[in-house]
Amino acid sequence: MKHAIKVFPRTGKFAENKDAAREIRLNDILPALEEGKEVILDFQGVDSTTQSFIHALISDVIRNKGIQILDHIFFKNCNTVVQKIIKIVVDYMQDVT
Amino acid sequence: MKLHFPNSAFLGNIDSFLRSIETQDDQTLEVTFNKHWMSLHPVVLCMAYSLAIQAKQQHGKIHSEPLEAVSKHYLERMGLLQALSMETGHIQAHESSGRFIPLTQIYDSDQLGNFITEMIPLLHTPPNQADPIKYVVSELVRNVFEHADSPIGGIVCAQFFKKSNRVSIGVVDRGNGILKSIQRSHLVDTDTEAIRLALTPGVTGLTSNVGGAELNAGAGLFFIKSIAKINRDFFLLYSGSTMYKLLKTPQTKPAKLFSSPLDDKHSFVEQLPYWKGTVVGIDLSLERTQSFDSLLDLIRGVYRLDIKEKGKEKFKQARFI
Repeated sequence: MKHAIKVFPRTGKFAENKDAAREIRLNDILPALEEGKEVILDFQGVDSTTQSFIHALISDVIRNKGIQILDHIFFKNCNTVVQKIIKIVVDYMQDVT
Repeated sequence: MKLHFPNSAFLGNIDSFLRSIETQDDQTLEVTFNKHWMSLHPVVLCMAYSLAIQAKQQHGKIHSEPLEAVSKHYLERMGLLQALSMETGHIQAHESSGRFIPLTQIYDSDQLGNFITEMIPLLHTPPNQADPIKYVVSELVRNVFEHADSPIGGIVCAQFFKKSNRVSIGVVDRGNGILKSIQRSHLVDTDTEAIRLALTPGVTGLTSNVGGAELNAGAGLFFIKSIAKINRDFFLLYSGSTMYKLLKTPQTKPAKLFSSPLDDKHSFVEQLPYWKGTVVGIDLSLERTQSFDSLLDLIRGVYRLDIKEKGKEKFKQARFI
């Protein structure tokens, strides 16, 4: 079972609002994972983001559930910049788990 | 408080301006100007604006000597003269598009989002050049919200300099400052050491845990310094009595990223007049702006090197579809 979450309607083209990231994490990502669903974070329409936004979106999920949780999270329609920032956050969160 | 606007104060030669300011007595601000001509980095305007706002908030007094220099128009358009309660007269407005972002006071997240949306069209930069500008402003102003507890919020302005084809940005607050912020989670007792830690990836005032806190990884200032480093530009961080300045990397040398700010070509200046809060200035040269995504590769390289040095060989990868 997959649960798709569209990021753009919550952030606009430049995903930088950490409050929005936190809301997505608490209200969408975590409940879906708790229900055993796979999560698809769809970045369609997002042109750019910040490390802080991606950190606020996923770091606490990784910290609390372990790095293996990434097997249940998919990042969809990410352009190069968004992909690279996600990779940086995932890299440094390896240290935590 | 006393401020004298010199003939020239950019990041390269800002030291003497910083030494000259007097920051005691929050309630009175005296401002004087070079008589002939002034050419100033936006961070200087942000500092003056923040002192003026603070004096007004405390029902203090602002004394500004009459401004004779030809730069009067510029200071008015940036919004500084109004903040200093100076008469602005009837000055014919310049076309603002493609030139500058006037002094703006930002208090909250929504205001910041709107500011960033409106800022980029004013600078008339293509997307590849707009990305680092948006990034810098977002991260610096969010730092103010999260760490500074600044009574005036964050003060931002920017200027496009056509001749040198660069955008200069200033972000200033009058909050806790870096030392107090870092001391919440780390044992440190000097501004210099606190600034060094604040520029080191993975160090945040919110926690001493590896990987940062729920909303903060301690990577923002490192990213911003890296943007300046790779583009061979200046970056300045001033808080308390200390200034750190990333110096330009010559074209003849490779621009490498280091996790320690001490490994970069830099200067630390201590025993400056005490600045309550934090001052950040950065230049972004547009003609040699390295693509933002290739910069991200270099930043990722620093983190991966760090992880390798800690002996972790297996990486879990994000899955893109």
